[in-house]
Amino acid sequence: MTVETRVDDQPRVLYAPPELLADRSTTYCPGCGHGVVHRLVAEVLGELGLGPRTIAVAPVGCSVFAYDFLELDFVEAPHGRAPAVATGIRRVMPDAFVLTYQGDGDLAAIGTGEIVHAAARGEAITAVFVNNGIYGMTGGQMAPTTLVGQRTTSCPNGRDPAFAGAPIPMTEMLAVLPGVAYAARGSVVDASSIGRTKQYLKKACQVQLDRAGFAIVEVLSNCPIGWGMTPVESIEHLRDAVAPVYPPGVIVDRTAPARGG
Amino acid sequence: MTAVAERPADAPFARRTRVLRKGNEAIAEAAIRAGCDAYFGYPITPQAELLEWMARRMPQEGRAFVQAESELGAINMGLGAAACGKRVLVSSSSPGMSLMAEAMSYMAGSEVPIVVVNVMRGGPGLGSIGPGQGDYWQATRGHGHGDYRLPVLAPSSIGEAMDLVAASFEIAERYRTPVILLADGILGQAMEPVEETYRTPPRLAADWALTGADGRPPRVVKSLHLKPEALEQHNRHLRAKEAAIRDAEVRWAGERLDDADLAIVAYGTAARVARTAIARARESGMRVGLFRPITLWPFPDAELRHLATQVRGFLVLEMSAGQMLDDVRLALEGARPIAFHGRTGGMVPMPGEVVAALHRLENRTGGPAR
Amino acid sequence: MERSVIFSGFGGQGLLFAGQVLAQAAMAEDREVLWIPSYGPEMRGGTAYCTVIVSEEPVGSPIVERPDVAVVLNPPSHAKFAHTVVPNGVVVTNASLVDSRVEREDVSEIALPLSELASAAGDPRLVSVVALGVVAARTGIVLAGSVHRALVDIVGRKRPQVLDMDVAAFDAGIRAAGGRPIAEILRDEARALDATLRETVPVGREP
Repeated sequence: MTVETRVDDQPRVLYAPPELLADRSTTYCPGCGHGVVHRLVAEVLGELGLGPRTIAVAPVGCSVFAYDFLELDFVEAPHGRAPAVATGIRRVMPDAFVLTYQGDGDLAAIGTGEIVHAAARGEAITAVFVNNGIYGMTGGQMAPTTLVGQRTTSCPNGRDPAFAGAPIPMTEMLAVLPGVAYAARGSVVDASSIGRTKQYLKKACQVQLDRAGFAIVEVLSNCPIGWGMTPVESIEHLRDAVAPVYPPGVIVDRTAPARGG
Repeated sequence: MTAVAERPADAPFARRTRVLRKGNEAIAEAAIRAGCDAYFGYPITPQAELLEWMARRMPQEGRAFVQAESELGAINMGLGAAACGKRVLVSSSSPGMSLMAEAMSYMAGSEVPIVVVNVMRGGPGLGSIGPGQGDYWQATRGHGHGDYRLPVLAPSSIGEAMDLVAASFEIAERYRTPVILLADGILGQAMEPVEETYRTPPRLAADWALTGADGRPPRVVKSLHLKPEALEQHNRHLRAKEAAIRDAEVRWAGERLDDADLAIVAYGTAARVARTAIARARESGMRVGLFRPITLWPFPDAELRHLATQVRGFLVLEMSAGQMLDDVRLALEGARPIAFHGRTGGMVPMPGEVVAALHRLENRTGGPAR
Repeated sequence: MERSVIFSGFGGQGLLFAGQVLAQAAMAEDREVLWIPSYGPEMRGGTAYCTVIVSEEPVGSPIVERPDVAVVLNPPSHAKFAHTVVPNGVVVTNASLVDSRVEREDVSEIALPLSELASAAGDPRLVSVVALGVVAARTGIVLAGSVHRALVDIVGRKRPQVLDMDVAAFDAGIRAAGGRPIAEILRDEARALDATLRETVPVGREP
């Protein structure tokens, strides 16, 4: 859908789908944040002119279908292995732009080894990490990022840190590695945070183009169905309960001092 | 003394130019000469020298080398590079191969060509670092989950391993499938003289490979087909491909079969033991030959069945508790008696044990032929 | 005919290297050969060993039950391997470290102070090269000249600065075993070869 208005009789486009976003109905649940993140990725890659150079890696989880919505070359990685797959691409395709898109079960649970070592090697990869605190595709089980007390189908009485440990601040963990040039956390809470998230993503892409190191942007997202909430309630929860545990902002930026000498 | 030391190292006898090379290193160099663009691995005995050779040589050639964080990392790096249409080698040994099972299945499903070397050791579990053939079932039954099979090539000497590296890349790319080169600790660790003749298979047009969707529709390399009808259709396609491989790629070698009335069926290092045992058995008047499968999948079943019209019995010799034995039974369909001798855990059968097993088989099949 | 030699001792005594030199010498005579190490944790202590099988035919079984020649450089390997040689086999024993001897009538045991000879040549770690000289002088598995050339080739490529020492150690082994100096052996081999060359061209064993 394109929205136009007229100023001085000249058409002015207020809203148009990014070229890299497929003209296709979404298969994500109503209110799911993946659609917003997909759009941001498509906008940023489009604005940087990277679509024709991009080889993207899809994860296992809800966002495995990223390849249906983004008009990019895609390879589907086994669960958690996207950073290793991306490393293989990176090492043989010097001119490609390499993007991974992973959820929190994929990146912060089964794929911890791969993400840590890709980051440690400083692979010139841009990782998009969508954190909605739950395993959506398999029916709403506890993820490593699930909040303390949050009920899921595999912690029906709420996450108890005595049994399940505390939520993992994955991006902060990665940020301590010298190979990580840039790490930031955005969210899909509202228009301004979505705008900031887009700026983080753009910076994370530029970091790869500059071969400055590994770049990751975590995006706090919602899962209304998995959380048992309406879309509006889920956004409120994201703002009031999730964001305080995972504070948005730039977590590390090693590009500035490197450039300044 | 210096004058002596400076004598040229020319060998007055040698008519052939050969070099002495360790199996792991020979496989690695053969892969490089076959045009391998990228290698990914993780240290594990008894294949570590393959990784080390690549660590030194691949950067010299301006090609990709990564020592991965695990075999999971290595095989998935392989998946990524191979999905871009590059010629990729990954190697490991038995326990590491188990970690690779998931990605092997993904690559079979998404039709990604890659060559994976397994320098087998004793199992199960952490097992031993001695040579073994206990991964036959794993390799020939597809290696990972799901309904598919992969070509498996088994060299019996270091020179043959070098030839089969190039052949493995060729088969992998022709059929868009992972190929397993199945060696063992002996072949990895031993040194033999080899001729430095290498082959670089021609590159096929990879109209499926990921290069960036520049001026063409996006490509997706994937194994997910959520609709059962679509997945069944995809599986039919894989079956058809496997049928084509069965038709065209079966390899085996026979030795001293012309007058044989007993045959040993063995591959890899076990086939070498069989060769020594056969020489000894023939000294005592037994007429024994060797049937050596080189492709373990597709198994040379028609060829073995044909041999059953000539010989009276078969001895299957393996460095396992009896795995290829299954395929021999399937091929022979009860046509002839089948005996088995195997050693496990990293033990290698001794020729004397094999000769004794031949005598038992001979008695079972009606005594010495006249 | 297939002949096998096992080199055994401590890790660090150059066993794998000596086996490799022998293997290359056999290869240079256009013969088939297989070199196989023990590749386990035992490499880091206790006994380490490698086996070299030399044959006119492609080598079959990579594991030999009973070697033709056992080079034993320390007491544990003497206990483990010396008695395993074939009837009329040869045991080369490092008398510098090994006191016991093989109690078999059908074994020819050559016990020499190999470590001391190596030290005299310049480095006690050359003990395997001294042993190689003994093997070359006393077993006839390959020509001494072939072993010499392989030694010169391998050491010359990898560590040319110690080549003289290696050749001295090899020569010490040959002479301790009753052989003539390597320089004389090489000269005679070359003469014999020239004579053969004049008779039949090309020379060499069939592979």
